[in-house]
Amino acid sequence: MLKSLHIDPAKCTGCLQCEMACSYEHHGVFNPSKSRIKVFNFEAEGKKVPYTCTQCAEAWCMNACPVDAIRLDAATGAKVVHEDICVGCKVCTIACPFGTINYEQDSGKVQKCDLCDDNPACAAACPTSAITYIDADWTGLDKMRQWAAKANTATPAT
Amino acid sequence: MGWARKILRVNLTQGTCTPEPLNMQWADEYLGSRGLASKYLISEIDPKVDPLSPDNKMIMSTGPLTGTMASTGGRYTIVTKGPLTGAIACSNSGGFFGAEMKFAGWDMIIFEGKSPKPVYLYVENDRAELRDASGLWGKSCWETEETIKKQHQDPQIRVSSIGRAGENQVLYACVVNDLHRAAGRSGVGAVMGSKNLKAVALRGTKGVGGIKDFKAFMTATTEAKKVLADNAVTGEGLPKYGTQVLMNVINEMGSLPTRNHKDVQFEDAAKISAEAMHEKRASDGKSQLVTNAACFGCTIACGRISEIDKGHFTVVNKPEYWGASGGLEYEAAWALGAANGVGDIEALQYANLLCNEQGMDPISFGATVGAVMELYEMGVLTNEQIGVDAPFGSAEALARFTEMTALGEGFGVEIGQGSKRLCEKYGHPELSMTVKGQEFPAYDARGIQGMGLTYATSNRGACHLRSYTVASEVLGIPVKTDPLVTEGKPELVKAFQDATAIFDSAGICVFTSFAWTLADVQPQLQAACDGDWSMEKLNLVGERIWNMERQFNTAAGFTRKDDDLPPRLKTEPAQTGPAKGLVSGIDKMIPEYYQIRGWTPEGVVTEETAGRLGL
Repeated sequence: MLKSLHIDPAKCTGCLQCEMACSYEHHGVFNPSKSRIKVFNFEAEGKKVPYTCTQCAEAWCMNACPVDAIRLDAATGAKVVHEDICVGCKVCTIACPFGTINYEQDSGKVQKCDLCDDNPACAAACPTSAITYIDADWTGLDKMRQWAAKANTATPAT
Repeated sequence: MGWARKILRVNLTQGTCTPEPLNMQWADEYLGSRGLASKYLISEIDPKVDPLSPDNKMIMSTGPLTGTMASTGGRYTIVTKGPLTGAIACSNSGGFFGAEMKFAGWDMIIFEGKSPKPVYLYVENDRAELRDASGLWGKSCWETEETIKKQHQDPQIRVSSIGRAGENQVLYACVVNDLHRAAGRSGVGAVMGSKNLKAVALRGTKGVGGIKDFKAFMTATTEAKKVLADNAVTGEGLPKYGTQVLMNVINEMGSLPTRNHKDVQFEDAAKISAEAMHEKRASDGKSQLVTNAACFGCTIACGRISEIDKGHFTVVNKPEYWGASGGLEYEAAWALGAANGVGDIEALQYANLLCNEQGMDPISFGATVGAVMELYEMGVLTNEQIGVDAPFGSAEALARFTEMTALGEGFGVEIGQGSKRLCEKYGHPELSMTVKGQEFPAYDARGIQGMGLTYATSNRGACHLRSYTVASEVLGIPVKTDPLVTEGKPELVKAFQDATAIFDSAGICVFTSFAWTLADVQPQLQAACDGDWSMEKLNLVGERIWNMERQFNTAAGFTRKDDDLPPRLKTEPAQTGPAKGLVSGIDKMIPEYYQIRGWTPEGVVTEETAGRLGL
C-alpha cells in the first residue's frame, strides 16, 4: 500500500522544522535553502503553507527528462532523481507545473522530494501534524471525518 | 561544533567588512550569543563610553544552537552599551534573522564606528558589503524590509532594521526583524541609528553543519521537544493564548501594575486579555486573533497574529494597518493598556502595530506614557504642553502619543527619552517606574516579591527576562514559592539569573524554561558543541556571564544605590488583592543577595569571586 505526504496548512505554525529535517536528510546540514519542502508565509492573511511535490502519477518531470534520470520508485511511488544520470539540463523544472523540482547549484543537478525512502523526515519533524504521511488512497479521510461529524450533529437522532 | 567559527567585523567609519576567526577559547568560556557577544563588547569598548557615540560598538550574535533543529533555535542577541540605561544592553529576538546569519556562515557581526551616510549591510554567505541606504532613511521597518527584498529581487532575504524611532534615537528604539519580532529593550535601535546603520540584510545558503554528534543531537532535541509538547504551559497555554495567558492570572494575583503603579489590579484586565483576543467582536464578527505563529525552529509557537478592527477610530482611514500582523503579547498589552488604564484592546493593537512598524519598545514606551498621564492628572503637564488631553484611560491619548513618539513629533520627542528623563525634567523623579533608567515590565514588585529583586539587580535595568521568578512564584515552575514573602528570593533570583544566561547564550528561547531546566538543555549543547558542556560547566558559565556583565556596569559607574526600586514600591502599599498592605521588601533582599553572589556589601564583585569564575 502506497503512502503519500498530506499537508494541512491550517495546522502549520511556520517553524521550518520540516525544512531543516529535509535538508539534513539529503545534505547533512540544517539548511532551509536546500530543502525540498518549502513553507510559504502569507503575511497579510496570517497563513503559513507548506508545499512540496505530490508525486504525480504521470509526472511531467519524469516524462520531460531527456536522459531518463527521474524514475519511479515502485515501493513508494516517489519519482526519484538519479543524480548519477541527471545532467542538470533543468527541462524538468520547466515541465513541472508546480515548481516542486528545482536546480541545485552546488551539485549541478536537480532535486525533488523522494519521500525519504518511505520515511519522510519532514513529517517526522513536524510538531503540529501539519505534515503527515498517510494512505495514498485516503488523503481525504480526515476531512471526510470532520464533515461526517458535522452531518451527524445536524441529523436528529432516530 | 555548533559554532560557525567565523565573525564579521564591520567598520562603519571606514566602510570595511572583515572576516575574523571566532575566538574559540572565549566560545568555550562564554558559550555564544549573549555571553560571548558580551565578552567581545567588554573587551573592546571603554565602559564609560557615550552609548550613542561612534566609540560604542554593537554586536549581533547567534548561539551554538541557533539555526539547528533544537526547538526555538533561531534566536539572536544584540549587545551594546545601552543609551537608556548606560549599562550593558542585551536584547534577544526570535523570528528568522538569527538562523539566517548562521546559514550564511557567521556566528556574529560586530559593528564599530559610524558611517558618514546611511548604509545597510548586505551579506550573502561569505560576501559582505555596505550599501547606500539614503533611499531607506525615513522609512519604517516594514517598508525597509520590503524595499530591500525588492531591490535584490530576493524574497528569501531576512532583514533586521530600525524605523523612524531608531533614526530619531528614541532611547528605547528597537531593532525589528521579520516584520514583528524585535530585539526590543534597552534602546539597541538607537545605537544602530547613531551609527547611520539602517538595516542588515542576510541571505545564507550554507546551512549549519558539523554538529559534533548528530545522532546524539537528534535524540536530545527530539526528547526535549517532547518535554515542551507534554508541558501544560509550552504545549497548551502558550500556543493557544500566547503570553497573554498571564493577563487575568497576574491581575487576580494583585500584581498587575496599573496607572503607573498606583494600583496593582486593573478593572479592565479581562478586556485586554488573551480571552478577549479570542472573542468575536460585535463590530465585524471576527476575533482579533487570527492565528498563532512560530519563530524559526520553535515547537511552542506562542506568537500572535492578529487583525485589528477596521472600523476602530485609530485605523478607520488607514487600510495599511488592516492586514494580519504581529498581535498583542502580554508585556505590550500590559504596558500600553493597564499601565495607562486603557482598556480598549483595539487601541492597544494599533499602538502595538506602530511600535513594530517604527521600531520602539512597547514596554518602555507604554510605561513612559503611564508617567505622562500621572503628571497630566497632577496638573504638572497640560494639554497646551503635550498637545492632547491625557487622563488615565484615554485611548485617544495613547494612540496620539504613539504616533508622535514613533515619528518624532511634538511632545513625542520627550516621551522618546523614557520616563526617567521625562519625570526628572518635570520635577517628579519619584514617578518614574524604572531601575537604572529602564521601565518596569508587567509584574508588580509588591505582589511578586522576587520580581522586585529581579528588577533591582538586572544588568540591563528593570527587566523580567533576566530571572523570571514569576515561573516559580506564580506558576510553580520548577517549584512553587510564596510570592508575598522575601525569604528565599535571593537564592531563587540568583539561580534564575545564572540559568537564564545559559538559555540566552545557547541561541534558544527563554520560554522553553517553562518546561526545560538546564538539564534538558545540557544534552543538546553537549551533542552540538566541542568540549565539555556538563551541568557543572553550564552552572559555572552562567554565573560567569552574570558577573562579567556586573563588572562592566560597575566600571561604567553603577553602584549599590542603582540596585533599587522607586519609592512608590517601597512606601505605598498595594491597595487591593492578595498583596494588599504590602510594599516591596527590596531593602531586605539586596544585602543577602550580594552575599550569596560573593560580592562586597557595596555590590562589587570581589577578587575572590572573580577568580573563582575565571574573570
